[in-house]
Amino acid sequence: MLSEALKSRFDQVIARYPLKRSAIVPLLLFAQDEIGYISDEAIEEIARRVEVRPIEVIEDISYYSMLHRQPIGKYNLQVCTNVSCQLLGGEQILDHCSKRLGIGHKQTTSDGLFSLEEVECLGACCGAPAMQVNYDFYENLTPERVDRLIEELKANGKAR
Amino acid sequence: MSDYQSYMKGSPLEVKVISARFGLPNSTSIDTFLAHEGYQGLKKAFQMGPDAVINEMKSSGLRGRGGAGFNTGLKWSFVPKQTDKPKYVVCNADESEPATCKDRPLMEYDPHQLIEGIVIAGYAIGAHQGYIYIRGEYRYLMDILDRAIAEAYARGYLGRNIQGSGFDFELCTHTGAGAYECGEETALLNSLEGLRGYPRVKPPFPAVVGVYGCPTIINNVETLCNAPHIILKGAEWFAGLGTPKNGGTRLFCLSGHINRPGVYELPMGFPLRRMIEEVGGGIPGGKKLKSVIPGGSSCPLLTADEIDVAMDFDSLARIGSMLGSGGVVMIDQDTCMVKVAQRIMKFYAHESCGWCIPCREGTAWLKRLLDRLHGGGGLPGDPDTALDVSYNILGKTLCPLGDAAAMPTISIVKKFRSEFEEHVSLGACPYERKAVAV
Amino acid sequence: MADVPQTVTLTIDGKPVTVPTGTLLIEAAKQASIEVPSFCYYPGYSLQGACRMCVVSIEKMPKLQTACTTVVANGMVVNTQNPEVVNGRKAMLEFLLTNHPLDCPVCDKGGECELQDAVFRYGAAETRFVETKQHEDELKFSNLVYYDRPRCILCYRCIRVCDEGMDVNAYGIGFRGSHSEIIPNRGEELECEECGMCIDICPVGALTSGTYRYKTRPWEMNYTGTICNHCGDGCKTTLSVRNNAIIRANNRDHSGFNGEFLCVKGRFGWDFVNSEKRLVTPLVRRNGSQAPASWEEALDVTVSRLKAVLETHGSGAVAIIGSNRTSNEENYLLQRLARTVLKTNSVDHHRTGDFSTLVAALSEAKATDRYATMQDVSEARSILLIGNDPTHQHPLLAFQIRQAVRSHKAQLHVVNSAGIKLALRQAAQFVRVNPGDERTVIRELAAGGGPESVSSLRAKLGSESGTIVIFGDEIRGDSVRNLVRWGLSLPGNTRFIALGDYANSRGAADMGLLPGSLPGYEPVSSEAARARYAEVWGATVADVPGRNLRQILDDVKAGQIHALLVFGSNPVKTFGLPGELLGKLDLLAVAELFATETTEFADVVLPAASFAEKSGTVTNTCGQVQAIKKTMRKAGTRSDLEIILALARELGHAWAYGSAEDVLREIITHVPAYNVALPSLMVGRAVPTRPAGAPPALERDDLVFSSRDTLFTSGTVSRFSWALNSVNEAKRPHGHIF
Repeated sequence: MLSEALKSRFDQVIARYPLKRSAIVPLLLFAQDEIGYISDEAIEEIARRVEVRPIEVIEDISYYSMLHRQPIGKYNLQVCTNVSCQLLGGEQILDHCSKRLGIGHKQTTSDGLFSLEEVECLGACCGAPAMQVNYDFYENLTPERVDRLIEELKANGKAR
Repeated sequence: MSDYQSYMKGSPLEVKVISARFGLPNSTSIDTFLAHEGYQGLKKAFQMGPDAVINEMKSSGLRGRGGAGFNTGLKWSFVPKQTDKPKYVVCNADESEPATCKDRPLMEYDPHQLIEGIVIAGYAIGAHQGYIYIRGEYRYLMDILDRAIAEAYARGYLGRNIQGSGFDFELCTHTGAGAYECGEETALLNSLEGLRGYPRVKPPFPAVVGVYGCPTIINNVETLCNAPHIILKGAEWFAGLGTPKNGGTRLFCLSGHINRPGVYELPMGFPLRRMIEEVGGGIPGGKKLKSVIPGGSSCPLLTADEIDVAMDFDSLARIGSMLGSGGVVMIDQDTCMVKVAQRIMKFYAHESCGWCIPCREGTAWLKRLLDRLHGGGGLPGDPDTALDVSYNILGKTLCPLGDAAAMPTISIVKKFRSEFEEHVSLGACPYERKAVAV
Repeated sequence: MADVPQTVTLTIDGKPVTVPTGTLLIEAAKQASIEVPSFCYYPGYSLQGACRMCVVSIEKMPKLQTACTTVVANGMVVNTQNPEVVNGRKAMLEFLLTNHPLDCPVCDKGGECELQDAVFRYGAAETRFVETKQHEDELKFSNLVYYDRPRCILCYRCIRVCDEGMDVNAYGIGFRGSHSEIIPNRGEELECEECGMCIDICPVGALTSGTYRYKTRPWEMNYTGTICNHCGDGCKTTLSVRNNAIIRANNRDHSGFNGEFLCVKGRFGWDFVNSEKRLVTPLVRRNGSQAPASWEEALDVTVSRLKAVLETHGSGAVAIIGSNRTSNEENYLLQRLARTVLKTNSVDHHRTGDFSTLVAALSEAKATDRYATMQDVSEARSILLIGNDPTHQHPLLAFQIRQAVRSHKAQLHVVNSAGIKLALRQAAQFVRVNPGDERTVIRELAAGGGPESVSSLRAKLGSESGTIVIFGDEIRGDSVRNLVRWGLSLPGNTRFIALGDYANSRGAADMGLLPGSLPGYEPVSSEAARARYAEVWGATVADVPGRNLRQILDDVKAGQIHALLVFGSNPVKTFGLPGELLGKLDLLAVAELFATETTEFADVVLPAASFAEKSGTVTNTCGQVQAIKKTMRKAGTRSDLEIILALARELGHAWAYGSAEDVLREIITHVPAYNVALPSLMVGRAVPTRPAGAPPALERDDLVFSSRDTLFTSGTVSRFSWALNSVNEAKRPHGHIF
């Protein structure tokens, strides 16, 4: 079930556009922020609200790389390996995360805490190598910084 | 949040126009903004009238900062004056060109500057609605902008009858969700309409048929941020900052193998060599420079011998490259250029929307060829095939993404051909072998 | 504003070409007989600019341009042959083939693949692609539609035909880049009209037909152009036959008013012809049960019992029920058999639309030039649709209406008791009424006043010109008259279409399978008409109308009728007649394709040939005559024509027809309005007829009613179609919108 807060945000967002379907991508992202992924229920609900067929929503989900239809970890580590980061060890950071968490690209740890993803340029080039954990940027990474971050996240994740 | 210190290291060579307020305390607040010439450009624009604003923009020589470098005032002038359709201003904040991170500080540290630029654009073309299309990854920037927009509404810089001018303008943010292609203006419009980010057939151009079939101008964040300054201080002043036909300053993002990576505001036409050596502090470890990406990964790469060039649109075009988006990447002598080419192509293959054949199939082919070549399975014909395939993409795609993929590849294969041949003859990457040996 | 010139002149490959302003370069080239290859460009559908095959070089333009998106301009100088263009095409084909399986010999599309053809003409012999191809398993979207991603070139034709042509919107695009693929609307499956247009329009072997795939090579089949036998629209179709069995139907040459259109019934529903349940041996009832018999025996029993009934009870004890699907020639002979051999006018059929009253009303108004054709609908600027649900009952008509709305924003006005899809999706105006009140609306339209919705409809139609009025069985009898009278008062040339259910519903009425009308809607009371036919037939015709279908059935019940001949009709089912009553007849002889609720009670069952097994003509619901052609043989069956001729002969009337064509010649010569050009029919044209006459008024209101078939039903025959019953959508309630 989508929360009432989310539904009322849907209404606000849809009202911004002369064409309701304009709201699809924002609604999908906001729904994902709340549910953790885009459920079939969310697809139906969004399609109904913006007056399109569900397949049109599904077309969008599979186009935009941040949207996913399956649950992922509480913390999604998105490591940039594009050229600026690559030159300064982005791939090593990705490898390090992978070894440390025991998961590969687009995989999730069995405790559901972490997911790992190799991503394209995040716009953090002057802080390379960089990654995003969910929406938070972490820059000038070293394997040691990554280790500390993972420990902190683990502690936070278990605390909740 | 980004680390201000790591992005804004500062340099005495900077000429701060659009980054002037970045270091101020509470720089995102409307009070700070108003205390530092904020919304003065807009007020002046209201006095000048729309036509004068467009003319001022035209003669300032401001060219699109997203990468294409089209004269901004001219673009605005293409919007039909007589139409019964609503008009729109769309700010392209989908900053996704690899090596580019300049719009981020503009929105993070001075959101009202952008809002002011958008309202000026709206006033100039007669639009009453604006959207800021922000890439999904920049969620925190959307939050900053949403707060700034709320402030602007509260203080009468957005909404009905702005500052008693009689001009109405509504503005809101819109988020993408991960697609480089949506930086292409017509793909962005489709995305804004809730569709997959496929580019549209042009003509018609967005100035005539844009979002919702209505006249629309789409400008990059940095482009719009310049507008208040041009209006306030005049086209002549702005043009004088840069080189002929290349008015103003530019935010350059120095990254890669450079001692002081960061975003620096430098006059258009600033020499690349001085940018690397004096602004960026040279190459780390005293290593030699091998190559430079002058304006984001879509630009043809330069060799170390080509860095005596002025960083403006025309000078770079003369040597067969582009100023692009301002992302300047330094690559040192120990870097495998095949790997650079491979990584760049991996990006374009991942981001190709798949609509048209040459881009969809060509980038996928090149990615696999370069993967194989770098991985040691290179064949003697590979360098030529890579070139041919790139040329077969070049100029044949529906949108510029195909060219963006082909151009850097062509430049790397041509300028660093021996490295490709060495991969073939060794059956391995010489740089990785070296690394293993060490 | 300055006048825009009507034409522009440009040069293509050195040839000057003059075309209308606004023409696309690719079409201009076509007019100059210069072929510019393309995959994604498809006339009539939106522009994609996706395949880049149509690149050409245009002087003063910096790079190659796509001819499909370039609008011609005066003085444009175009080259479609220079090395840059040739290399560009070659490059696109090389790109397309990188991941495309090169197993053409085993591909279902081999031999009729546009990609194969393009590579043959424009491609390179070798590829430089040495990477492994990405394999993906084929997907079954439905029992009728399969999708093979690696073969797909993403031209998006399927999506457009489904969205823009069909308004079904069942397809989307999933993922992006080289992983892009066509996705169906229900997870991994399609929920749609199953029309198969996507398969037909697919240039490669990506979308294939569940009934055709991997059964044959295209060059191993024989192709016969004929007319679909299901609804009354009269779509042309090509039956592809191998080893005396139909394997596929598609309108291969896109000729005829349906172009490439076929609905699920037309494209897949022909398979009843191949059904193992077809009757192939005559049956004769002996000691209470039906047993196989020879044709001679079956005809013998029929004739001898007929003779006995005639001798004992007279011709008043005999009646004939005809078919909505049999050919004009068969219908013509069947009524001749009734009127001149059995000496009765008691011949009728299940009337699914009131054609007679339309003919009468237009004749009275001297407006028999106001029959609209199927082509007219797609060109109409204003359409009034009253009753019916064309999406289900007349799929081509619905397609034509959608095309008119899509291509030139035709105004569609709908009066219906249900929220039919055309009303909800295409109509500019929808007046929803209670069932049965369609007639009220017509009275109100004509009389003035009425509720707001009706007066607004009247005002709107009054402001338009040349409206085409299309009506279903809801409008019959006097309502048709009212409608025609009022319609003719509208501005411009209002034209009319009455809708009847089946392939030759119109032809049955035209040919006089009616108790009161001779062929061509001349009343049996007309002395002149009787005299004329008496001369042609060498026998007199009774001057009073016979029993209509309701009376026939009533008199069967009342024991007044002792012998009933039924041709291709199922009155037990259609009219809810208790079958036991039929068992009391001295003779019930039924000519049918399948065992039905009616054949069950027959004394003689005659296995009839289907439309695919005979030649002749049929007339669509608009009155357009088209030829059906014999495609194959079905051992054991005889055509209705042969059966009728045999009965006449055995009854002492050796008619001198050697073939259906002989009958057609007689119809052309003697039936008013059917003086069509035989060669036109023979080359596959649809020849319009404009009957004029004074047929008797509709005898009873309940004589005209539609079977309300859905997209997946077609009277009796659809029960024997695997394809029509195999799709999930067939189980949906009637009128379901996909």
